[in-house]
Amino acid sequence: MTEPQTARPVAADARPRLPRGVRLAHSEAHGGFVLQAPERVFKADAVAAEILNRCTGEATVAAIVDELAAAYAAPRERILADVTKLLGSLADKRLLEL
Amino acid sequence: MLAPAEGLPKPLGLLAELTHRCPLGCPYCSNPLKLDPRADELDAATWARVFHEAAALGVLQVHLSGGEPAARRDLVEIVAAARQAGLYSNLITSAVGLTEKTLAALADAGLDHVQISIQDSEQASADRIAGYGGAYARKRALAAEVVRLKLPLTVNAVVHRANIGRIGDLVELALALGAGRVEIAHVQYYGWALANRAALMPARAQVERALAQVADLRARHHGRIVIDAVVPDYYAKYPKPCVGGWGRRSLNVTPAGRVLPCHAAETIPGLEFWSVREHALADIWASSPAFRAFRGTDWMQEPCASCPRRFEDFGGCRCQAFALTGDARATDPVCHLSPRHAIVEELAAVQEDAAYVYRRLAQTPTSS
Repeated sequence: MTEPQTARPVAADARPRLPRGVRLAHSEAHGGFVLQAPERVFKADAVAAEILNRCTGEATVAAIVDELAAAYAAPRERILADVTKLLGSLADKRLLEL
Repeated sequence: MLAPAEGLPKPLGLLAELTHRCPLGCPYCSNPLKLDPRADELDAATWARVFHEAAALGVLQVHLSGGEPAARRDLVEIVAAARQAGLYSNLITSAVGLTEKTLAALADAGLDHVQISIQDSEQASADRIAGYGGAYARKRALAAEVVRLKLPLTVNAVVHRANIGRIGDLVELALALGAGRVEIAHVQYYGWALANRAALMPARAQVERALAQVADLRARHHGRIVIDAVVPDYYAKYPKPCVGGWGRRSLNVTPAGRVLPCHAAETIPGLEFWSVREHALADIWASSPAFRAFRGTDWMQEPCASCPRRFEDFGGCRCQAFALTGDARATDPVCHLSPRHAIVEELAAVQEDAAYVYRRLAQTPTSS
């Protein structure tokens, strides 16, 4: 691919959501979560699924990070970095609305 | 992306050809020359069973295609069945014959995505290519309705000699229509396109300009619209990994229920196809002679058999190998390593402004 790989900036007060046509679903046949979009399928690992399940358009990025940091007893900065990277790259591919 | 599993691979996509009926006559239609008649079409209950079997087998996305899928009066029922089976549903439509009312019902039934074909960015040329007056206006109107319903829209633009100079305009049109994705698909020469090859074939210089233009448009519109391209393989150096490898990623069910590794597979003589009327889909995927014929790499000859790219492009396209060399096990002659590669260069050089042979049920050469 020749597309630039600059991920979109992710604001702490953004309320990310999956647009219509992008769905996170559990697939028994594949033994995990898959993110489905027009003509594209991505395997979502456990961490990505935890993040994406919270992208309902209601919670802010900051709130999602707080919740995951508490749930996994992990450093907030590390969770923030993971969340920002995932959401930025998905928004870039039009798989997420920020 | 999902990695291929060990052993028997799991298919990810199912192309459901609901009908071969279509009001348009596009001269590059990928349907076979011998079209399935309406009387042989599977009913909605059978499609529902096929969708459930497909999901259990690993299929995630179903592409509802044709012909024109809206020619089926039970399309809403079929879409609902896809959703019920847990599949992501993609409607591949010409927009002609699909009413706003039906579209709204499809959205309510859980349709995930709509793809509308656009033949050109100029109305007169678009309608001439489609062989249908008024098609262009109808497509624009339905695209607006898709966006109004907040369904994601892809514009599919098939590119050939008559419109290859307007790729930029086609991408602008897709943006103006509100599409999130546009496919710039150079004609692949199977079915009706093979019959019209000389009339559709662009010149090498046009193709090179088009490829550079797509790269430029991608960079310019990055983040606004996804531009996917289907490469013009007569001018390629290596063959395409056709359908992601035979019997590896996808399967195709014809209107009458025959299950094919790809939509053109019936052009290869001697292959035995099984039908969903007689077999479960999982049995067909694993055991039908047609799926086993070219799965993996054991069937390959040289130069494919020892080529390091054989796990990337799987020897290219079996249908194209047969169509151009008479041997379905040969290296796809598009590959510059093929001993028969000169055929492709010779055929690409044949460019004649002949009248199109429009794809029509009534003109099916093999029908009486």
